[in-house]
Amino acid sequence: MTPENRAAYWSATLRLLVTLLVIGFLVSFGFGILLAEPLNEIHLGGFKLGFWFAEQGSIFAFVLLGIFYALRMNRIDKQFDVREE
Amino acid sequence: MDPQTLTYLAVGASLLIYLLIVWRTRALGANDFYVAGRGVGPFLNGMAIAANWLSVASFLTLAGLVAALGYQGGLYLMGWTGGYLLLAMLIAPFLRKFGGYTVPEFIGDRYGCQMARFVAILCVILVSFTLLAGQTRGIGIVFGQLLNLDIASGTALGLGIVTLFAVVGGMKGVTYSQVAQYLVLIFAFIVPAVFIALQLTGNPWPQVALGGYLTDGSGLYLLDKLDKVVTDLGLAAYTSPVGGIAMLDMVCVAAALMVGTAGLPHVIVRFFTVPRVRDARSSAAWALIFIAIFYTTVPAVAAMGRLSLAGVAEGGELVNPLFAGLPGWVAALVVAGAVAAALTTAAGLLLVIAAAISHDLTKGMIAKGVSERGEVLVGRIAVVVAAALALLIALYLGDKPPRALLQLVVFAFGLAAASLFPALVLGIFDQRMNRWGATLGMLAGLGITLAYIVYFGGGLLGMPEAPASGRFLGISPEGIGALGMVLNFSVAWALSRITPPPPERIRDLVEDIRVPREEGEALDH
Repeated sequence: MTPENRAAYWSATLRLLVTLLVIGFLVSFGFGILLAEPLNEIHLGGFKLGFWFAEQGSIFAFVLLGIFYALRMNRIDKQFDVREE
Repeated sequence: MDPQTLTYLAVGASLLIYLLIVWRTRALGANDFYVAGRGVGPFLNGMAIAANWLSVASFLTLAGLVAALGYQGGLYLMGWTGGYLLLAMLIAPFLRKFGGYTVPEFIGDRYGCQMARFVAILCVILVSFTLLAGQTRGIGIVFGQLLNLDIASGTALGLGIVTLFAVVGGMKGVTYSQVAQYLVLIFAFIVPAVFIALQLTGNPWPQVALGGYLTDGSGLYLLDKLDKVVTDLGLAAYTSPVGGIAMLDMVCVAAALMVGTAGLPHVIVRFFTVPRVRDARSSAAWALIFIAIFYTTVPAVAAMGRLSLAGVAEGGELVNPLFAGLPGWVAALVVAGAVAAALTTAAGLLLVIAAAISHDLTKGMIAKGVSERGEVLVGRIAVVVAAALALLIALYLGDKPPRALLQLVVFAFGLAAASLFPALVLGIFDQRMNRWGATLGMLAGLGITLAYIVYFGGGLLGMPEAPASGRFLGISPEGIGALGMVLNFSVAWALSRITPPPPERIRDLVEDIRVPREEGEALDH
């Protein structure tokens, strides 16, 4: 693997995980804690939105982010030809 | 059939199944004993990770804790799930590529330093024993109540069974029995939740029922009714952040739990059991799914339990509030689930402590020439010794209520966040990080966090405790791990920039773990 290729693979990985971690931070610390009180003014069915993010929404988001990460990394591996057999 | 017989039947049958699995998949060598021969598929590993995670403390007390805390219980739920996202992206795939057996081994090799490895061994043992102490009480309750024994005998019996599984099965046997234990415990947790959700809202899906209407004719949403009942009692609304609790402290508690999760050795090693780097990543995704099934049911059980017992102050704080008043077979199932939860986490913890003793301390430092056979024997002996120590700690903590031991578990997360997590992440993402930064960073983070916890939270262990008014920025001992982590990162960064960079060999190692496969490189480690 050339040093350039290696650097490109690593920055693709970093870009993906920074994006996903920012989203993860937003739904948990952001919507679930820092903005929980104002969001609680909004109702989603029987849920107040801030409470929902704190106790359920953030968890659902984590699951989706985890799945997306695994799938996207597989694609990046293939793209740079570093995928294991 | 009377309920007691049903319970014995359910527990006996499930124990027999676990024992058979452990025997069929028992460890034959070091590779089996430490990392299950690296042959576990990501789907099954996801289940084993989830079982390893859903401890008896969670199974018995988490719903009660969330019921008592209301909105703030969410900090625990998001912390203990979000950590897996950090693991998946920041740690698991890279440590799998490294290909070692233990966390201290990675730290020792990455920093080229026996001292760093030794500090990591201390962190692993301290964190894992703190967690184990929190589990033993739950084990004692489960086995004690099951067979009408006192807590001490119940703990001894339960720990004995766990020890047997870990000694015979090693990581391999424990992994496959954890898969079975996950199925039992998740079923045992969901079924009563479905019952109560149907009763209260007519909707069998607990996650949805939590946001649904009550069927009691009031026409109110479940959570609105709960808010009303709770505020009528003069308490803060269930769904609102409690006034007066500092925002900073809430952020710190959630961060300490989340980051601590990603720094727990018995969790990290589960990712060493898969064949490939990409299996480590998909294991994390599967684990998140299996864990989320539990963690999104907990708030439903909590709110419904609190509503059912609303008249009772602090209702259902000790044990899952819904276990009472269910059909006999459901109660039997719940006990079997509790037994599964009691076995699974303790087994994972004992193995990781044993590996630190046999692989890192014995093979890595004291007796480098020891044979593989000898090393595994030391590991098996270490399991027994660690279990005996855990029993002694349990007897010492004997009369503490389960809630206090859940708090002890929470402290372990702070310690892991402040010590191991930064050393691991910097070892992967900062090529310039060296032995000075990592070692002293770990010591600084661990030292400050431990001191703060003992100073402000020592009351838990019967020690004198400083008043909360003296806390730094109002941060609770549960949240201090987040600050310890920041300190660890800062010390490590500053020291590494004023000391010599790591040698070429170490830089190559970092390059190597960042990429799953070099072109033309052999595939397995």
